[in-house]
Amino acid sequence: MWPIFHKFGSPPWLYSISGAILRWLLPITLIALITGAIWGLLFTPAENVQGNSYRIIYIHVPAAVVALAGYYVMALAGAVSLIWRMKMADVAMKAAAPVGAAFTFIALFTGAVWGKPTWGTWWVWDARITSMLVLLFLYLGVVALYEAFDNKEAAGKACAVLSLVGMVNIPIIYKSVDWWYSLHQGASIKFTGETSIHSSMLYPLLLMIAAFYALFTCCLLLNMRAELLQREQRTQWVRKLIDKEVVN
Amino acid sequence: MTAPGAGQFCMRLLRRQLLLAVRRPLEIGNPLLFFAMVVSLFPLGLGPSPQTLADFAPGVLWITALLSNLLTSDAVFRSDFDDGSLEQLLLAPQPLYLSVLAYIGAHWITTGLLLAIVSPVFALMLNLPGQGIAALMASLLIGTALLSLIGGIGAALTVGLKRGGMLISLLILPLYMPVLIFGTAAVQAAVTGFPAGPYLAILGAMLCLAIALAPVAMAAGLRISIDA
Repeated sequence: MWPIFHKFGSPPWLYSISGAILRWLLPITLIALITGAIWGLLFTPAENVQGNSYRIIYIHVPAAVVALAGYYVMALAGAVSLIWRMKMADVAMKAAAPVGAAFTFIALFTGAVWGKPTWGTWWVWDARITSMLVLLFLYLGVVALYEAFDNKEAAGKACAVLSLVGMVNIPIIYKSVDWWYSLHQGASIKFTGETSIHSSMLYPLLLMIAAFYALFTCCLLLNMRAELLQREQRTQWVRKLIDKEVVN
Repeated sequence: MTAPGAGQFCMRLLRRQLLLAVRRPLEIGNPLLFFAMVVSLFPLGLGPSPQTLADFAPGVLWITALLSNLLTSDAVFRSDFDDGSLEQLLLAPQPLYLSVLAYIGAHWITTGLLLAIVSPVFALMLNLPGQGIAALMASLLIGTALLSLIGGIGAALTVGLKRGGMLISLLILPLYMPVLIFGTAAVQAAVTGFPAGPYLAILGAMLCLAIALAPVAMAAGLRISIDA
């Protein structure tokens, strides 16, 4: 296991392996996104009460699911970089913050668009919406803290501590606002117990969730590659890479 | 001469911080003055009707306490960072965990504790019903300690930065939200005749968790800030 662990510490290796992964993952993501969207938007039955407006679920739910998972990716990467001083985990954490913030924003935005026809208002102070808003603030806090430090090594460590503090707090925030006020419907897809969503609507939704996870991974890797190039701009391997690009 | 033990060291730190605060009474007075002024803004904005004020009083008092805590959090480690004594503290053999607890303890005594003690005056000014006052004091006593601990994390992470002031609010305000929810809920429950105990118990539980974990984050934050 250790050789792989050590390889993760090598920027050129990570750069080339992420390139190889992206070559496959990007087309797969695109196909899954397009298939899922067409399936969900055109080939599923209209919902009984909400009619066609429910179809935004195929964007809203995947974005929200991935936005929450993204925070854990960021915090775990932060923990790894703090504990094992792994530079690449630091890159992953830094790259995850803006991507996660973007997904959170998409979830909030599509939620507002969905809320207008179904609840009759763009925004309600409901528990889940509020906790997504807090999640957005947490992401932006990490981004802002990183930008505030001139010493980027310290910035990475400080952000790792902050994201771990946030990880402890997310369940507390989630539970407390949930207790505070709830209008949002409960979870429809459960790992345990009966799923309260019909299979004709469920399968495209699951496909879209998978596609959004893949999309998150693609964005994360692309962002990491950009960060790597920027950090390592004075090293040999980046120089070589640039020379090659210029020749081509 | 032998080095003092951890407990003794901690008490000395606490005494030092309190002494420093007493020597500069204005710094103790400022948060209270801020609290008084912001509270007096609300009747101007919401209208002087006693009923409206009574309805909003729990939230107004709690948000104001939260803001005054936020403004003072920034300064917890600042002066010791600037004169280098924080660096000495990090080198000391005594655990940093207890040292930062002493800092936070002193911060809480000079801000939160005093605020909780004077809060009934402002509660009366906002026409908060009498049965809510005990709950307000109790929730502020526990809640401000919690706020000081969370604020200390933000302060430790930003102490090395030139422009930490605005940033610290962005970092820690989201973490303040559960405290605000249960703090106001306790007061609201007491006003409407329900027991405030459960909410205070949850605040207390969160305080225990924060005492256990926040100093770890603060110590890590201070080490990062000193290194930077």
